[in-house]
Amino acid sequence: MAQGDGLFGIDGTALRLRSQRLNLLASNIANAATPGYRARDIDFDRALSLASRGYDADQAANEAVAYRVPTTPSLDGNTVELSTEQTLFAENAVQYRATLSFLEGRISTIRRAWKGE
Amino acid sequence: MTRPMSVFDIAGRAMSAQLVRLNTTASNLANAGSVSGTREGAFRALRPVFRTVEDSPGVATVAVDRVVQAGIEPTRRHDPSHPLADANGDVWDAGVDSAAELIDMVETARQYQNNVQVLQTAKTLTLDTLRLGQ
Repeated sequence: MAQGDGLFGIDGTALRLRSQRLNLLASNIANAATPGYRARDIDFDRALSLASRGYDADQAANEAVAYRVPTTPSLDGNTVELSTEQTLFAENAVQYRATLSFLEGRISTIRRAWKGE
Repeated sequence: MTRPMSVFDIAGRAMSAQLVRLNTTASNLANAGSVSGTREGAFRALRPVFRTVEDSPGVATVAVDRVVQAGIEPTRRHDPSHPLADANGDVWDAGVDSAAELIDMVETARQYQNNVQVLQTAKTLTLDTLRLGQ
C-alpha cells in the first residue's frame, strides 16, 4: 500500500514497518548468545521513503534491512550488543504506540464525519 | 514453518533454548565436586551449542543444536586414602570450572529475562492494536 492510499494512509504503512522492525529486534535479542550471529535492523526512514514511493510495506522493509556495525566486536563473531538492542527495542515500541495513537486520531475524525458532528 | 514467525515464536523459542543452557549449567555445578576412580569415568562439563533458525531475512530465533562436552579435562589428584582411588592412589576430579559456570548462569538468567521483557512488550502492543478504534 503506497502513501496516502485508503483509510489509514502513511500511518498504516508505518505501523506495519514498525511491527516488522519489532520482529527483527526481537530476533537480535533472541540470538544474543548464538556464535556467529550477525545482528540486523531496518533503516526505518529508508523503508518509509521507499514505501511512499510505491513499494509494498514488506518489500520496503526487506530493502531497508542492513547489518548492524558493532561498537566492540566479540570473539565468537556475534554482533549483538544487548544494551543497543534493548534501547532500540524500547524506542521502537514507543514509536509503535505513537503510530497507534495517530491511527486512533484518523479513526475518530472519520467517526465524527459519519455522524455529521 | 508454514506460517511466518511471530515475535512470540522468536522470544518463546529463545527462552526454551536459554532454559536448556540453564539446565546444563545446573548439572555442571551439581557435579563440580564429584570424584571418579578413572579418567574416563570422571565428569566433564557440558555445553549447549546454539544455532540460528532463520525464517525470513532478519527474522530468526534460536535453537539448541546439540549438547557437547566442554574441553576441560578432569584433574588427577593423589589421594590414597580415598575409597575410589586406583592402584597408584590417584582419583580424578570432575572437569568443571565453577567460576565460569556461575558467570554463565548469571548471563543465561539475564538473557532469559530480556526475552520475557520482549514478550511482555509485544503482548501489550498487540493488545493495544486490537483495541484500535473501540
